[in-house]
Amino acid sequence: METQTAMTIALAANTPAAAGVQAAGVKQYISFKIGSEEYAIDIMAVREIKGWTETTVLPNQPEYILGVMNLRGTIVPVFDLRCRFGMGLTGASRSHVVIIVAVLDRIVGLLVDAVSDILTIDGSEIRAVPDMDRAVSAKFLSGIVSVNETMVVLLALEQLFAQHAGGGPVQETIQPQSLQ
Amino acid sequence: MRKRILTVDDSKTMRDMVSFTLKGAGFEVVEAEDGAKALDLLSRTAVDAIITDINMPNMDGVTLVQRLRAQQKFKSTPILILTTEGGEDKKQQGRNAGATGWIVKPFAPEKLLQVLNKVCP
Amino acid sequence: MPSPTSAYSDFERFRATFFEECAEILPDLDGRLSALQAGDSDTETLNAIFRAVHSIKAGAAAFDFSALVEFAHVFEGLLDRLRDNRIQHSAQVFNVVVRAGDVLAELVEAARTGSDVPPGFGAGVAAELKDLFSGAQAAGAPPPKAHQPKPEAEGPMRTYRIAFEPHRELFRHANEPLLLIRELKRLGELSVGCVSADLPDLAHLDPEDAYLSFIFELQTQAPYASVAEVFEFVDQDCVLKIEDGGARDDTQSAAAAPDGGEAEPESGEAHPPSSRPAAATPVSKGATSIRVDLTRVDRLVNMVGELVITHAMLAQQLSDHGGGQRQQWAQGSQELATHTRELQECVMAIRMQPVRSVFARMPRLVRDIAAKLGRNVRLVTSGDQTEVDKTIIEELADPITHMIRNAIDHGIEDGATRLAAGKPERATIELSAAQRAGNILITIADDGAGIDRRKVLQHAIAKGLVREDAKLSDDELYNLIFAPGFSTAEKVTEVSGRGVGMDVVRRNIANLGGRIQINSAPGKGTRFTLVIPLTLAVLDGMLVAVGNEKYILPLANIVESIRPDHRQVRTITGGSQVVAVRGEFIRLVPVRRIFNIPGAIPEPWKALVVVVETENGSKAGLVVDELIGQQQVVVKSLAEYTAPVPGISGATILGNGRVALILDVEGICSMPDPSAFVEAPGDFQRQAGSSPDLQTVKPEIPGRPEAPALQNINAAA
Repeated sequence: METQTAMTIALAANTPAAAGVQAAGVKQYISFKIGSEEYAIDIMAVREIKGWTETTVLPNQPEYILGVMNLRGTIVPVFDLRCRFGMGLTGASRSHVVIIVAVLDRIVGLLVDAVSDILTIDGSEIRAVPDMDRAVSAKFLSGIVSVNETMVVLLALEQLFAQHAGGGPVQETIQPQSLQ
Repeated sequence: MRKRILTVDDSKTMRDMVSFTLKGAGFEVVEAEDGAKALDLLSRTAVDAIITDINMPNMDGVTLVQRLRAQQKFKSTPILILTTEGGEDKKQQGRNAGATGWIVKPFAPEKLLQVLNKVCP
Repeated sequence: MPSPTSAYSDFERFRATFFEECAEILPDLDGRLSALQAGDSDTETLNAIFRAVHSIKAGAAAFDFSALVEFAHVFEGLLDRLRDNRIQHSAQVFNVVVRAGDVLAELVEAARTGSDVPPGFGAGVAAELKDLFSGAQAAGAPPPKAHQPKPEAEGPMRTYRIAFEPHRELFRHANEPLLLIRELKRLGELSVGCVSADLPDLAHLDPEDAYLSFIFELQTQAPYASVAEVFEFVDQDCVLKIEDGGARDDTQSAAAAPDGGEAEPESGEAHPPSSRPAAATPVSKGATSIRVDLTRVDRLVNMVGELVITHAMLAQQLSDHGGGQRQQWAQGSQELATHTRELQECVMAIRMQPVRSVFARMPRLVRDIAAKLGRNVRLVTSGDQTEVDKTIIEELADPITHMIRNAIDHGIEDGATRLAAGKPERATIELSAAQRAGNILITIADDGAGIDRRKVLQHAIAKGLVREDAKLSDDELYNLIFAPGFSTAEKVTEVSGRGVGMDVVRRNIANLGGRIQINSAPGKGTRFTLVIPLTLAVLDGMLVAVGNEKYILPLANIVESIRPDHRQVRTITGGSQVVAVRGEFIRLVPVRRIFNIPGAIPEPWKALVVVVETENGSKAGLVVDELIGQQQVVVKSLAEYTAPVPGISGATILGNGRVALILDVEGICSMPDPSAFVEAPGDFQRQAGSSPDLQTVKPEIPGRPEAPALQNINAAA
């Protein structure tokens, strides 16, 4: 994305186009970059895309939880995806982007480097994730797809934000594996 | 002009049912939970007839009837008391206090309307 | 038994209302029955009990719950006699009454869920009730008739001669010959003759007396009973003679069959009950309360919250752009704040309900369990008029029930043991509610044996929850009780199920944003305190700065703030610090270390100490950099995204749009100081207040915390 001003995408799931798209086993995704990797998430989960603003730190939380931000009156936690994937902290700045998603009844923000595109992908094109050499634990990935000769990894948001029985985010360390 | 009926009963279920029946028949209905509240309401609102339960806290039905009949305003207002089968003595007390008529609980809606019609011109 | 007419199904819509009403009546009844058992048998109590059963019976009959109606009928009959003192009061009688109350509650529940009770359920109690009623009711009391017997079938045309001579007092009942005439006319052809012989002259006439008598001749096909029915209300106020003049079998009968030939009591002005749905909500003039959808109230609460935030932003901007108008603006702003606060209080009050409705169910519970376990226990409640948000009330019932169950099952000793220990044989459980500093405190205290430390520790080790040589503080030990899968029940009692459901209890309370405190003394007893924040959306707070971060400290907790001299600050063994204030030593809480905040002032004597008071009255000194100012803030919950963050009770949005976290004073004071108590690695060390799963945490390194590698205790060894 070139311009990084706060931007809201009106995600009209009920537009005829979208409806037609859903009906055919085809789904739309929003793709984004972290470093040199491309990831994508279901467009239905995405509520808003914002430019980065400063977050208020939550004490004693894992590093990948940057803090909380004010989204027009709602308090939204922001996750540094790069850090969550074990690739170190993003040095967030105004040029970075926060994707606001709704997952498991909650609203959370995902800090990424940039949003790339809206992809339309047919289910049949999605391949399973090979179980090695990935930066991110396969548990959080729901598939992999090739778009214009780029490998785009589809994220399973529910897995990423799954809760322990007792509450609290999954405190699993994601072992950084060799980067691709 | 529609007739207005006051229903007095501490049971919400009962009040709802009476109210429902009467409204369905074209009456206007006002409600009170006990005798004291009924008297208070009547000081502000005019009604064409009163249907009251006997067993209520704060002021029971028999006392309510007595109080009403003692007032000029309510000397000729039809008052129906709701009695239960086997509540003969209460019914008698109600009569003696000046009740116009009675209905035995539980009642079928048409019975309520029939009786009301009998006493409410 | 009368079969339900279609009219009854019209009433089906009121089923829910009926059961709601029962849900209110039954706990109240229970309380009264408890009072009765305790010896309180005055007329008022008996009347209230009677009315309760009476109401339930009346409603039940309308919906044709025959088992319930029959039992309630017998019960009501006895109660009626009791309250009139026609039956002697005695412990034995009251005992039957109390048991009947239990049976009644069961029958209501069965009716509500549509399930069947075992045949003969309650028959024993019913028989006792009838016996006490001295056999006046026939066995298998006839079910109440819903309405008068239907008029017999019509016959041929008959003529009735009716002589109606009212007593003087007829009008006192608002009965009128005119109405009777009208009714008669509905039955057939009527000719009326009036006898005015008794009418006095005008001077002696009392307009409220009835002087006129009537002779009616009625030609109708209706049976005698129908004719008699016309006079049913006045038959005691008159001299009435109805003569059946015999059937008329001449042709006149055919001609005399007008529209009145059919017995149609409902014709005329009465509109038959139409199927037109009744008007909307049962709101009527003079009703003292109305029902409101809870979602509407929620919206109202949110709106008030937004109002407060908006005001804060305005106030901020005003102070940023202050000018000559400053004074007036400030005053206006202040007034707005006051009005908003009042509005907020009114709105919150709408949703508040006394905890009584939850507490009222408990005496019965205690009776049941105590009886099952052969214990002698009484329940003492207090503070049941304490008001709590409606949404919280419903969530409280289960946790309280659980804990009372546990207290009786595990805490309270049997009679002999108690006596041997010098305690009264009857154990006492205290259930109380109070409001304190923006929280609701619910206490369940027993005078039983207390928590057996050794037993708990042994059990935890056996379950692999804790290492063998672990040294646990009392707090840590008690918290083991909340670990899932933990249970000291040697046998699974029928009463408590798997012994303890305490992990569920803790989670339920955590979901309300609250916590559970445990105090116990061996041999003396145990007290559980549930601390639940009032969902008061608006909080008076003090904005403080610690390093680059800002926090809100609830004003209700603040005692004073001081800037100590370095001589007032002492370090004690273990590394923590205290400050001397007027002879008292107050423990210092180093917020910057506990929260790992960079850039904060480390030395307390160069910073500011805010003395706060926690729920149990103990004091602590929070070390902050500075106080910024007092502020009214709207509390926003963080709980949506994860388990509560230790030390933080919520968040708010400041006037400048930034999020500020609200400090949980109680929580932060019980969090361990990371730089203190540096013990040998491998020892059990846990962060207070987070997940009930017990896990080791690597000691914090001052500075940014690394992502902790959390492991299960089992693996740690």
